[in-house]
Amino acid sequence: MDAEATKMLAAAIAISVGAIGPGLGIGLLVSKGLEAIGRNPEAQPKIQTSMILGIAFAEAIAIYALVIALMILFK
Amino acid sequence: MEQEGRFVPIFSSFDDFRILVYTGGDADMASSFCFNGISLPDMEISIAAEKLFSIGSFSVTNSFLVAIVLTVVLSGAVFLFLGKLRQVPRGFQNLVETIFETMLDFMETVTGNREEAVKAFPLVATIFLFVIFSNWMGLLPGMGTVGLAHGTGAHASVVPFIRSASADLNLTIVLSLIAVFSVQFAGIAALGLRGYASKFFVAPWKKPYVVGTVVGLLEIISEISKILSFSFRLFGNVFAGEVLLTVMLHLVPYFIPLPFLVMEVFVGFIQALVFSMLTLVFLTMAKVPHEAH
Repeated sequence: MDAEATKMLAAAIAISVGAIGPGLGIGLLVSKGLEAIGRNPEAQPKIQTSMILGIAFAEAIAIYALVIALMILFK
Repeated sequence: MEQEGRFVPIFSSFDDFRILVYTGGDADMASSFCFNGISLPDMEISIAAEKLFSIGSFSVTNSFLVAIVLTVVLSGAVFLFLGKLRQVPRGFQNLVETIFETMLDFMETVTGNREEAVKAFPLVATIFLFVIFSNWMGLLPGMGTVGLAHGTGAHASVVPFIRSASADLNLTIVLSLIAVFSVQFAGIAALGLRGYASKFFVAPWKKPYVVGTVVGLLEIISEISKILSFSFRLFGNVFAGEVLLTVMLHLVPYFIPLPFLVMEVFVGFIQALVFSMLTLVFLTMAKVPHEAH
């Protein structure tokens, strides 16, 4: 396997493995958030903001993986 | 005007200083819809902002140029706006007041009281406005397509004039340094140097013993990692958005990039919201004394 192919494979593995955790996390967050809104619709704005903040935290991890993948690819 | 592959020069002064426009498809539109028929031009994607020209030894990159233009436009708008303030708002002032009041109300739900929200408003609102406009600057027409030419013929590549200011790690690191340092200063101002330091340095012979010391160390690490996560989150999102748009543009130049463009408008808003709201949350948390945890 030449260096170029290894680089591409490494980038693909980095982003695909790195996306699993945040994907599960965001799914959990949204499902619980929607459950909470369903139970108490008046609290929707509060739940929504903290849900979006939580999603941003989870998403940041995927973004780290993405940055690493891009660095492998284009550096 | 000569046709060089898919790059059409619209302006030429001297050899290496032409402005090229990437036209998307070949000369006829039909061929650009046929995937087998086109040879994709090399995509020029670089993590660092590309250099446009240099003043002395100082190289001016496209992100830097956009950031400067944005700063000048925003500050100019403020000075124009301040001259025309009225007691009874009209027109544009109505819009601005509505936006600012919505932001203030939203901030109040985070801080819990109006006073703290008003105190934090200048910093948080400035971060929000700057970040949202710098995110959206990268979506202007010409992103990745209109720029300075390098090389000729088949090797022609473009250094675009427009690259979102947030797609440069330097700017996002500076923003996150500003945010995190303001958080530290707010904490010190609210609790005093001793009170704030007691969050991080806990003597091992006091109540929770070694556990408290270790938790204090972890708090220090989390403060440092805030800088990293702030800057990488914004940079990664905006840069990934630009890469996505460029790739889509190269795959199918017409119509298909549109939904992605709409999504990037949304992402730009969400990232600005997240950046400013996290700053506010950390500001509020820094003011809580150690015992109250």
